[in-house]
Amino acid sequence: MSEDNMHLYEVFIRSKRGLDHKHVGSLHAEDPEQALEYARDVYTRRSEGVSIWVVNSSHIFASQEDDNESFYDPMDDKPYRHATHYQLPDAVNNM
Amino acid sequence: MTKIAIENPLEAYAVRLGDDALVLGHRLSEWSSNAPFLEEDLALSNVALDFLGRARMFYSYAGELRKDGTTEDHYAYQRDCREYTNLLIYELPRGDFAFTMARQFMLDVFNLAFLARLQKSTDSSLAAIAGKAVKESTYHLRRSSDWIMRLGGGTEESLRRLQDAVDELWGFTPEMFTMDELESDLLAEGVAVDRTALHDSWDSQVRSTLEAAGVTIPDASWQVDGGRRGLHTEHLGHLLSELQFVQRAYPGLEW
Repeated sequence: MSEDNMHLYEVFIRSKRGLDHKHVGSLHAEDPEQALEYARDVYTRRSEGVSIWVVNSSHIFASQEDDNESFYDPMDDKPYRHATHYQLPDAVNNM
Repeated sequence: MTKIAIENPLEAYAVRLGDDALVLGHRLSEWSSNAPFLEEDLALSNVALDFLGRARMFYSYAGELRKDGTTEDHYAYQRDCREYTNLLIYELPRGDFAFTMARQFMLDVFNLAFLARLQKSTDSSLAAIAGKAVKESTYHLRRSSDWIMRLGGGTEESLRRLQDAVDELWGFTPEMFTMDELESDLLAEGVAVDRTALHDSWDSQVRSTLEAAGVTIPDASWQVDGGRRGLHTEHLGHLLSELQFVQRAYPGLEW
């Protein structure tokens, strides 16, 4: 097998306890089927999971560091988007 | 080396199955840090550990039958070639990656069918061990049959290496289906598996996968056996010299 045919895959595992798949790492494989088997062998050796997702890394479109100012800073001055911003009337005991 | 005299047929049978597993586990472990790439290195080591675990279960059970304190280590470390009773195909050197995978594929198909039957053994301990191992073998076969298709459909070189491996292995496969008196007697009691009966489905499954991968099935022009009688290839002695080195150098050494 030529290494040229290998692609990078991101591995997500759902553990017994959690409900959502968590990113655990990446690996190289020829295709998704092989990536799934290697994910099993590399990342679940100690019974870490009950479900595996593999995603071709090139299919992930990610935000960039440069985007931070325009993406996240505008939220800093909008405290009213947090529930804790509001004072509850005394009648409301459980929130 | 102090000899362990094995007279109980059930013990002998468990040791045979343990020998098969230990010897293949050792061969697979030789790939640790030598596999073509990291992911495959871990995957092969996992399979090696599965076989090592299987050997421990069979040996431990054999030791229990003696009731004299014999442990798994006695069987693994204190017997020489002639006392090992694994089938020859298990002990052949790992060869190149195609050879390792071709052998693994042939043995996985065999083991899956064998263990499915051993699960129904009248001996509950053997049946329990088989129940555990059959799940492992299901995964092993998924991997090895996958690799047969990849190697066959890969490059000219990978197909050539796969073909060479199959040619070299083919004469060692009839032994997998040859019964001797001990196993026939245990079969009559419902303990052992009738390996002869496994041949036809093994043959058709192995042929169809190999042919789909572009491999030409060799003519059965030669065959060898002897493993169950302790008659081995020259390779087993070298394997044991490595496997048993520490116990030979420092007899009785413990962790």
